[in-house]
Amino acid sequence: MDITVNILLTIATAATPLLIAAIGELVVERSGVLNLGVEGMMIMGAVGGFGAGYLTGSPWIGLLAAIALGAVFSLLFAVMTLSLATNQVATGLSLTLLGLGLSGMMGTSFVGQPGARLPNLDIPGLTAIPVIGRLLFGQDPIFYISIALTVAVMWFLFKTRTGLTLRSIGDSHTSAHALGIKVIRYRYLAVIFGGACAGLAGGHLSLVYTPQWVENMTAGRGWIALALVVFASWRPWRVLAGAYIFGAVWIGQLHAQAFGIPVPSQLLSSLPYLATIVVLVLISRNKRLTMMNTPASLGQPFVPDR
Amino acid sequence: MSANQDDANLLEVRGLTKTFGTLTACDHVDLSVANGEIHALLGENGAGKSTLVKMLFGTLEPNSGEIFWNGRAVTITNPGFAKKLGIGMVFQHFSLFEALTAAENIALSLDDGSPISTIAAKARALSYSYGLPLDPQSLVGDLSVGERQRIEIIRCLLQTPQLIILDEPTSVLTPQEADKLFETLERLRSEGKSILYISHRLEEVKRICDRATVLRHGKVVGHCNPRKETAASLARMMVGNDVEAVVRAPAQGIETAQPLLEIRALSRKPATPFSIPLRNINLTVRAGEVIGIAGVAGNGQGEFFESVSGEVPQQDAASVRIRGKDAGGLSITGRRLMGAAFVPEERLGHGAAPRMKLSENLLLSRHATDGKVFVGAGGMVKSDAIYAAAQRIIKAMDVRKSAPDPEAAALSGGNLQKFIVGRELDRRPSVMVVNQPTWGVDAGAAAHIRQTLIELARSGSAVLVISQDLDELFEISDAIAVMHNGELSKPLPIVEATFEKIGLLMGGAEPGHAEHALETS
Amino acid sequence: MMRLELVKRPQRSMLFSALSPFIAFVLTIIAGAILFALLGVNPVKAFQIYFLEPVSQVWQLHELAIKAAPLILIGVGLSVCYRANIWNIGAEGQFILGGIVGSSIPVLFPQFEGPLVLPLMLLFGMVGGAAYAAIPALLKARFNTNEILTSLMLVYVAQLFLDWLVRGPWRDPKGFNFPQTIQFNDSAILPELMPASGRANWGFVFALVAAVLVWILMSRMLKGFEVRVLGSSPRAGRFAGFGINRMVFFAFMLSGALAGLAGISEVSGAIGQLQPVISPGYGFAAIIVAFLGRLNPLGIVAAGLVLALTYLGGEAVQSALGISDKVARVFQGMLLFFVLGCDTLIHYRIRLIGLATPTLEAAPKLEEAR
Repeated sequence: MDITVNILLTIATAATPLLIAAIGELVVERSGVLNLGVEGMMIMGAVGGFGAGYLTGSPWIGLLAAIALGAVFSLLFAVMTLSLATNQVATGLSLTLLGLGLSGMMGTSFVGQPGARLPNLDIPGLTAIPVIGRLLFGQDPIFYISIALTVAVMWFLFKTRTGLTLRSIGDSHTSAHALGIKVIRYRYLAVIFGGACAGLAGGHLSLVYTPQWVENMTAGRGWIALALVVFASWRPWRVLAGAYIFGAVWIGQLHAQAFGIPVPSQLLSSLPYLATIVVLVLISRNKRLTMMNTPASLGQPFVPDR
Repeated sequence: MSANQDDANLLEVRGLTKTFGTLTACDHVDLSVANGEIHALLGENGAGKSTLVKMLFGTLEPNSGEIFWNGRAVTITNPGFAKKLGIGMVFQHFSLFEALTAAENIALSLDDGSPISTIAAKARALSYSYGLPLDPQSLVGDLSVGERQRIEIIRCLLQTPQLIILDEPTSVLTPQEADKLFETLERLRSEGKSILYISHRLEEVKRICDRATVLRHGKVVGHCNPRKETAASLARMMVGNDVEAVVRAPAQGIETAQPLLEIRALSRKPATPFSIPLRNINLTVRAGEVIGIAGVAGNGQGEFFESVSGEVPQQDAASVRIRGKDAGGLSITGRRLMGAAFVPEERLGHGAAPRMKLSENLLLSRHATDGKVFVGAGGMVKSDAIYAAAQRIIKAMDVRKSAPDPEAAALSGGNLQKFIVGRELDRRPSVMVVNQPTWGVDAGAAAHIRQTLIELARSGSAVLVISQDLDELFEISDAIAVMHNGELSKPLPIVEATFEKIGLLMGGAEPGHAEHALETS
Repeated sequence: MMRLELVKRPQRSMLFSALSPFIAFVLTIIAGAILFALLGVNPVKAFQIYFLEPVSQVWQLHELAIKAAPLILIGVGLSVCYRANIWNIGAEGQFILGGIVGSSIPVLFPQFEGPLVLPLMLLFGMVGGAAYAAIPALLKARFNTNEILTSLMLVYVAQLFLDWLVRGPWRDPKGFNFPQTIQFNDSAILPELMPASGRANWGFVFALVAAVLVWILMSRMLKGFEVRVLGSSPRAGRFAGFGINRMVFFAFMLSGALAGLAGISEVSGAIGQLQPVISPGYGFAAIIVAFLGRLNPLGIVAAGLVLALTYLGGEAVQSALGISDKVARVFQGMLLFFVLGCDTLIHYRIRLIGLATPTLEAAPKLEEAR
């Protein structure tokens, strides 16, 4: 029983950064912007979170720093693609490359240092309840944030007027502009929100998942988050499901390696990446369905006539 | 000009100017719209009508000039402000969101924040009261063009505007639907609202408008009462000179001529979520004749063009036959090699690559048919040969341009269309399929293109023209068939065809019912 | 509030087409100076070490060529993809597979020697890279799967595959358990160009030849026209009868073959055996090279040399000033950012709104005088 609970807890820990980054990117893509820089923003959040936590000794300050760094870094992307109308694919890639380089440089002195870890929730009485106690009341704070974020984004996108406006921009920025909707302003806010989420996801990696700084510690999670958004057909609850499936794959291969299953460890390590490809193939096969779900203006640059 | 006169006008525009780079789209335009009138804004394609109304609605910013609303000077910086003033707009290219419902679309342009269900109920009630029924829950992507326009109109009316701007509203309607729209507009006028009605269709302007302002090359060239003018005098004001009428001698001996393009039981499933399936289409085009295909936009014309051209080949090889041979399984290149030529609807991005030179655009449709002339050993492009051929076409079609070999995007719509049509004519094709030959083209170029299509047919080719412009089809066709919801009617010989008959077919009446409906009405 | 506003130029500006990479370079230098200053280093001295010292001697130019060769080879291939609007970002993986498949000959048949070995290895390398690139191409053409994500995921898989090979089946049995294959025999080593003056090998020549050939392909041949049409307006490409799926395979496999050639050249030239890591991120840096070279094969040669210099400079400042050599990747990232930003000037004028002076023309007046 305890083993099951432990496995479930580790799955949740592995799924949380994927979920947060993907939910952020989902909002960005719903506004019609494709930011391929998730990996870069995430690693910046990871290095910033670790650094601030390590230097101040407070993981909470680390958490805030992770969010702030992710948001500031995404602003770079926003200025380029929204104000200068650069190619979103190329700009997103360059954001990732820059983030990987910058974080490596910033983190040189952090390598091998012990970091601060965010404490798990501990509510006297509740957390001690067998089985469900730790699952519901004993996890790290970012886990709860991730669930709240998912619910909040669902509510925002589909129940509020602002969310409707955001979706309309993703469907047709020309129509939205003709109606007087401030396309660029909405997209700026969406991109920054996505950056803050990616930063938070990175912070989870270096403040909860493995409280230390390792270069390239995101290990492609930003890209998997991007794939999750496609997999989820741009729907928040499906992102939640997808993140937990991937969390399970990630943890599963780690456990398989630990149990010494007679399969090369490299093959097991490549499972999350192979699973991403398989999942993408399965979800994209139906071209018609994909077109129906994809925000129609996704990735198109927008320059209003004035 | 006295102050009193100003007060009488709801909208007064003085010296409004807008430039894009070196192009002056609007040049010191003056315009006044009185309370309770339908005011026409007349002009050719590219005269600056859309630019002017975009400035009135706040989506474009004028370089200079003044706008007075109820005698008060205003600066309309955004559509939200225009709406607050009481200006409503029905766009030519609808500003709708296909993935959202009609009610959500309407809610997005209202700033009152009331729940969607309330807005849906209001929209439904209003739409029925004006005889423009609307289901607020339907997804816009699933609706016909006419229904989409209803959403635009209802959305506009819900804002209770004083001035309603309609940009080329009838271009997407059947004649019967247009009549219905005119009734609505007259009712709005009787309620004291003003309407700025943009069109290049003279008959309808004469029919419903009280006054007209005529634009040409961005300048106001006259104000008039359209009811006192003739269509010819209005056309002269619009174009600046008399447009040469298209000459069409009746086709001779068509019945016995060889069928060059045959379409047999052509069907196609919808390729994208919002596209139209083709249902059992049959048509024969013989040497020497021009067949027109009428229909409201979005009834399968684009899908039909893709299928006939081979951009999307068919399973059944016999469903498209060119010069007596099966072509259904061939690609567009294979069909070109059989002697067919194609001109698609969109010029930039389909018929031509915008950022490429005209000579390169020549290669686009002719790299295979004229492979020996234009492409040398090892796949090397003979740039001298394509340049020379492009110049030949430019000369033959009188293409006006600013550089010897400019990018396609640098040409005006009319000149680029002349080049694209000329590119195909240059091959002397035996089958020519054209989708919207003169859409967005100025009158002079349109006449030129129409004349060349007739001449191509009379020289022994089969010409198939798909068009939304009924005037055009009546001008050039020997017979007209109608496409509705992916089905094609039997072609009506031009001597039997009338606007009413074709209009009913466009609205979805069966071929047999058209006669019947006319007799009983 | 200040904001930027873009005003579309009637025609693309030839001036800024030519100037944009240089403006970007200058901006990168300025940003780099700020970066060095923040790190507490005198920027002038840092730049001297970064950009001048690595190329002050002849043998160092050879090192530059060694670094530039894979960047140019890969970048040239990627430029074809990006011109076709096909986003292969998995060149790193194709590079690795090229290295692996090409190395299979000297590793599995160490006795096989002679003049045939090297050409076969190079061919195998290209086939390996092309075949690996065919996977995302197939998935895109057949299943409509996003090639950005699949090609990138395959990089991780390739890295793990190489890791497994050199630690497992291909490990040198006499190599004291080091994760590496046997040293290649002499006929499997890519010869040096001028052994007297430095280490540069034939890989650099391959890069130059590839650049010229692809330049001819893109600017003079029908196939290149096809690439450009499908990339800039896919519907016009379909109207022309060009198949988008065929193009996906063509672009992916061409760039994969060139990345594979770069991989095997690197392994048989600069390294001489397979190791767990055979690339310092060439496949990703080549993306920057492709854009910095404006997707023009000849421009890519210059861009490849610049990027190679950033690698050498990174190593130089690390040893001289104790700054992390990651500074090279920061420079590369910034360079790409500025290039993309400056490219906006080709199609647009930039106005700043909301300042004291309402309009500020970013474009010089001589543009208008023309």
